[in-house]
Amino acid sequence: MRRRVLPLTAVLALLLTGCTAGNEAPDDGVVRLRFQSLAWQKESVDANRQLVDEWNAAHPDIRIDYVQGSWDSVHDQLLTSFEGGEAPDIIHDASDDLADFAHGGDLADLRPLLPERLRADIPAAGWRTTTFGEGIYGVPFLQEPRVIIANRKILDSSGVRVPTPSKPWTWAEFRQITQDLTRSMGPGRYAVAWPLKEPVSVSLNLGLSAGGRLFHREADGRVTVRFTEADAVVPGTVHDQVVNDRTAPRTTLGSGGSDTLPGFFAGKYAMVPLGFAYRQQIAQQAPEGFEWTVLPAPAGSAGLTQGVSPQTLSISEDSPHKKEAMAFLDFFLRPENMVRLARGDWMLPTGTAALADPSLRTARDGWATGAAVAEKLRPAPAQSVRGYPEWKDKVATPAFQEYYSGAIDAAELRRRLVEDGNRVLARYQRK
Amino acid sequence: MSALRTSGPARIGQYLALLAYLVFLALPFLWLVSTAFKPAPELASLHPTWIPRDPTLDNFRQAFAEQPLLRAAANSLVAAVAAALIAVAVATPLAYVTARHRGRLAGAATGWVVISQAFPFVLVIIPLFLILKNLHLVNSVAGLVLVYVVWSLPFALWMLMGYVRAVPAELEEAAAVDGAGRLRTLVSVTAPLLAPGIVATALFAFVTAWNEFFFALVLLKTPEKQTLPVVLTHFLGAEGVADLGPLAAAAFLATLPSLVVFAVLQRRITGGMLAGAVKS
Repeated sequence: MRRRVLPLTAVLALLLTGCTAGNEAPDDGVVRLRFQSLAWQKESVDANRQLVDEWNAAHPDIRIDYVQGSWDSVHDQLLTSFEGGEAPDIIHDASDDLADFAHGGDLADLRPLLPERLRADIPAAGWRTTTFGEGIYGVPFLQEPRVIIANRKILDSSGVRVPTPSKPWTWAEFRQITQDLTRSMGPGRYAVAWPLKEPVSVSLNLGLSAGGRLFHREADGRVTVRFTEADAVVPGTVHDQVVNDRTAPRTTLGSGGSDTLPGFFAGKYAMVPLGFAYRQQIAQQAPEGFEWTVLPAPAGSAGLTQGVSPQTLSISEDSPHKKEAMAFLDFFLRPENMVRLARGDWMLPTGTAALADPSLRTARDGWATGAAVAEKLRPAPAQSVRGYPEWKDKVATPAFQEYYSGAIDAAELRRRLVEDGNRVLARYQRK
Repeated sequence: MSALRTSGPARIGQYLALLAYLVFLALPFLWLVSTAFKPAPELASLHPTWIPRDPTLDNFRQAFAEQPLLRAAANSLVAAVAAALIAVAVATPLAYVTARHRGRLAGAATGWVVISQAFPFVLVIIPLFLILKNLHLVNSVAGLVLVYVVWSLPFALWMLMGYVRAVPAELEEAAAVDGAGRLRTLVSVTAPLLAPGIVATALFAFVTAWNEFFFALVLLKTPEKQTLPVVLTHFLGAEGVADLGPLAAAAFLATLPSLVVFAVLQRRITGGMLAGAVKS
């Protein structure tokens, strides 16, 4: 037995020797900043890494350590890291995830740090997405509008009017066109497939085009939900397409965007409303000879306006080197670098100088369509409303899902969003 | 003996239930394997097939090119093996004492096991993080191993207590009658009989640590120390979008060590459990 125990003990000792910490930074006068990026696709990771390498080569006294995080778990990871005082110095996230961290004092208020060039480069609507209370807690740098990706052959052969950013479809016209298209496509095929795994953000963001707001700030500062005629336009159109017109399949309502692509490539669906970045997947996965085009989302009384939650870069409040971190962000988000990041992620830059770059204005892969709607992008409704995550998960998501599938009518949807919703919000706004 | 006989229809029902369970377990894995070998256009096919029409290793090449899978696997292996060995080394004597000397200690230990299993880890992660930070064990595999040991210890203890109880105390008494001392009895009589239980427990601790994601995500800050489950999430984007081919290829490779360890140790577990179970 001793013969067996001895090697086992040796293995254990060896393993633990290999496990020793050794994570102290050397005291060489170099400022080391940890940058957690959520870039995940190869082109995007490459663009991020190259920029970090360029910075490190030019700034030997301020070293950026690139760490890859994950969209899937970033909130929980940051929450824990902030509590433990071990958060990265520079944090990549999205504006709709910042509210808790901003209100909790985990993120630095960037106002005293922001260079004028960067502040002036990003429009006010962009800054509003990262403004919580008085402070600015992140630099919005990439954003994606929702567009309609269409099968060009089906669209051309049907003879329907093809919309452009200057002459988009109205929501009523969109509904009519999906009826015409479905008729011309034959049985078992649909004009549009709505991937509505996240029905709330789609409904609210596109709802802005018809003048919907849903969340109203009262004189006393409290926020209440009101479901007006304008709020009903987009959900009503989707509901009618699925339930009444049968121009959109019920089966994709619970799907994510990627799940609809096989049907789109096979010609089962003529159009799929998707985030702008899905173009990358389509470009990579589309079968040979498949022709696709990018159309603007339908317009309402507010034109092409829609809500977005841009990707953001923030600085941890605990970071002892905030100025250096901001110097890196200033470099990272120079117009030419923002263009590289945007192309890597297939998204739109928030900076006006980057957005003017010819490579983001080309018709190829629909860049021009996205760039044309960029100025109409606004902060997603409710991203700064306290209690929004619970309202979304417990009230709005099931209500929209049931409405779109035909299980409840518009009156019941309104009742749930407003009555049940306001009860949830009230708990967060007690003074 | 007749009470153990099962009627024909009941036996068929049992086999059907077993088959359904096997299918339930095997289908996701088979689909993962199939996906790992499919080229991108096939992944976006409306009518996917079980067997790839045009099998490719591109997903594996891409997975290895984009992420440091080997380094992450080595980190996972070190953490999982160390956690399994330490958990077993600590749990075995503890299980023996609590199983053989029933008293308040055994009751308290069992209570601890039940209570500790009821805690979701999200509740303990922040205090745990702070404790490890004070011990300078954040961002170290040693800290992660410590967490894994603590996390798997209650269940390991509970498992081993069952195995210890299954070893007849009379055997130890017989050894004592033959003049063996306490240590001699433990080493020569009890330990060999407990071996299958120890192996099973180690396997459980290994697989738990090998698959664990959230502690590793939170505790390890530098890329060089990240474990395989954390690196696998780098193939995932926002809103459920994934780089499906490379993700499936990497996930398939990540399942192999557990399967290999289990395949190697399986005979030992079942063989040991059955040895001496009946008089021959």
